[in-house]
Amino acid sequence: MNLDASVAAADTTSRDRRANAIAFAVMVALIVIAPFVAYPFFIMQALCFALFACAFNLLLGYANLLSLGHAMFLGLASYVCAHAAKVWGLEPVSAIALGVAASAVLGFVTGALAIRSVGIYFAMITVAFSQMVFFFCVEAPFTHGEDGIQGVPQGKALGLIDLSNPWILYVFVAVVFLFGFLAVQRTVNSPFGEILKAIRENEPRAVSLGYRTLQYKLAAFVLSAAIAGLAGAMKAIVAQNASLTDVSFSTSGEVVLMTLVGGMGTFYGPVVGALIVVSMQNYLAQFGEWVTVIQGVVFVACVLAFRRGIVGELAARAKISL
Amino acid sequence: MNIFGHAISMPQLYGQLLIGLINGSFYALLSLGLAVIFGMLTIVNFAHGAFYMMGAFAAYFLLQYSGLNYWWALILSPLAVGAIGAIVEQLFLKRLVGFDPLYSLLLTFGLALIIQGLFQNYFGASGLPYAIPKQLGGAYNLGFMFLPVYRGWVILASAVVCLATWLMIEKTKLGAYLRAATENPTMVRAFGINVPRMVTLTYGFGVALAAFAGVLAAPITQVRPGMGADIIAVVFAVVVIGGMGSILGSIVTGFVLGVVEGLTKVFYPEASNTVVFVIMAIVLLIRPTGLFGRAA
Repeated sequence: MNLDASVAAADTTSRDRRANAIAFAVMVALIVIAPFVAYPFFIMQALCFALFACAFNLLLGYANLLSLGHAMFLGLASYVCAHAAKVWGLEPVSAIALGVAASAVLGFVTGALAIRSVGIYFAMITVAFSQMVFFFCVEAPFTHGEDGIQGVPQGKALGLIDLSNPWILYVFVAVVFLFGFLAVQRTVNSPFGEILKAIRENEPRAVSLGYRTLQYKLAAFVLSAAIAGLAGAMKAIVAQNASLTDVSFSTSGEVVLMTLVGGMGTFYGPVVGALIVVSMQNYLAQFGEWVTVIQGVVFVACVLAFRRGIVGELAARAKISL
Repeated sequence: MNIFGHAISMPQLYGQLLIGLINGSFYALLSLGLAVIFGMLTIVNFAHGAFYMMGAFAAYFLLQYSGLNYWWALILSPLAVGAIGAIVEQLFLKRLVGFDPLYSLLLTFGLALIIQGLFQNYFGASGLPYAIPKQLGGAYNLGFMFLPVYRGWVILASAVVCLATWLMIEKTKLGAYLRAATENPTMVRAFGINVPRMVTLTYGFGVALAAFAGVLAAPITQVRPGMGADIIAVVFAVVVIGGMGSILGSIVTGFVLGVVEGLTKVFYPEASNTVVFVIMAIVLLIRPTGLFGRAA
């Protein structure tokens, strides 16, 4: 590498860092302003899905693993958290932790089986596993089948913070979201994340350099499952219910759409994408099944003409990485 | 008989075995179509379930609006839906050649959403009845059970079409071109064979197989917009178990898993929906490339 190029590279990194700091500040500011201009419950729901999409993007964007069954982690954690809070009377933080643990275990078991396959095989295997979890949730007595778990108490986090107050709940959700978001960012920017990207670019070369690529991919899968679980468990506390929708195939599809629209392999893309998709569902709900059709059209359009997504496109225009 | 605490009667066992074979017929036709498409285009056709559903709807439309009966539908519906498939390949999938195959997977996923959403919009979620053709009504007495003629027909028709497809690919000159183009498209093009057209026709053919399964299914399951989405995950599991790209493997696995599923309904009904996925997990543990698959 000649000197000019390395100077340019160093310059880009510092520009990237500045761009990221600005983007993060803008996002935090928007989260602070949002409940005053929009329906807070809607924002909280969007934040849950945004975290879910960030978890999904960790796999697709940085390890090139397309999981088409990610709803199983969202849904299972949601059920476990709802059950723990309602039936066992656990306070919300422990209930959420249990939900996350359940998803991480599920991620380890399914990941260990799926990770040896790549590309479309991996995608098909995750579809099949999520369908299996879906049927499990239909049959298992504690999920109450079609009814789902209703009336989940919000309770007092750590026995102190009363989450039934909507403002406190909002702050709680915002903090958990930012924690999850930064966890993903930190992971991607860590040496571990660099190795994931190396595997994404050229797996045989990473193997030849002595990395146990399967273990790295499995670790990424479990981490993604756990963060998706965090989103699902938090969603159970916010919405005060857990239902079959959270574990269904359509939810798995939606998270792909969110990431694709926003921009895979970008930090802010999944957040933007989640906001768009959740808004679409909310504001277009009166059109019934047309929402599915529109989602399909957006999918096709993104894949054919807009592969970078919104944030990816913006970043490419400004020559920065977000 | 008494197994796992369930009292099991022989008629029940035969009945579920038959249902298993019927489901296996659909699994076999659908996974065969997926395997044919995968072999040539190296993509997973997520819209396969939607095309299966369109096949059933095409049969329904033919009867309702043109008065063309089941036998016409059995020919015309796969042709029409197959043609739509070929158009889809020309319009969309062709543009993604050279990109990561995940993009074409996502594209077909989006198409499936569009197709399913449209049908759900116009026909709701409930099923439309489609009568069994009168030539295939009634039942045979096999001595140990009554076999409804139509169900026997479905198994026979599926088996014949599957075997014919396999023979065509393995034994004919056209099939040889196809296999050659799968191995090395550039070389086959150099011999003056129009590979892009073969790709289009192959996709259309795979889709037509799905539509054919849809017509066979119409009198049994009713014609529903969600019928494709319900079956596609199981079909994927079948494909993973059988091994991608193996034609005969996908046929055999389809029938066998249908039967296994049917038997599970008798012996342990709670697991009947999940047994195929459990088998998939076990197969992945022992043979990650699937039972009939080669290493990728």
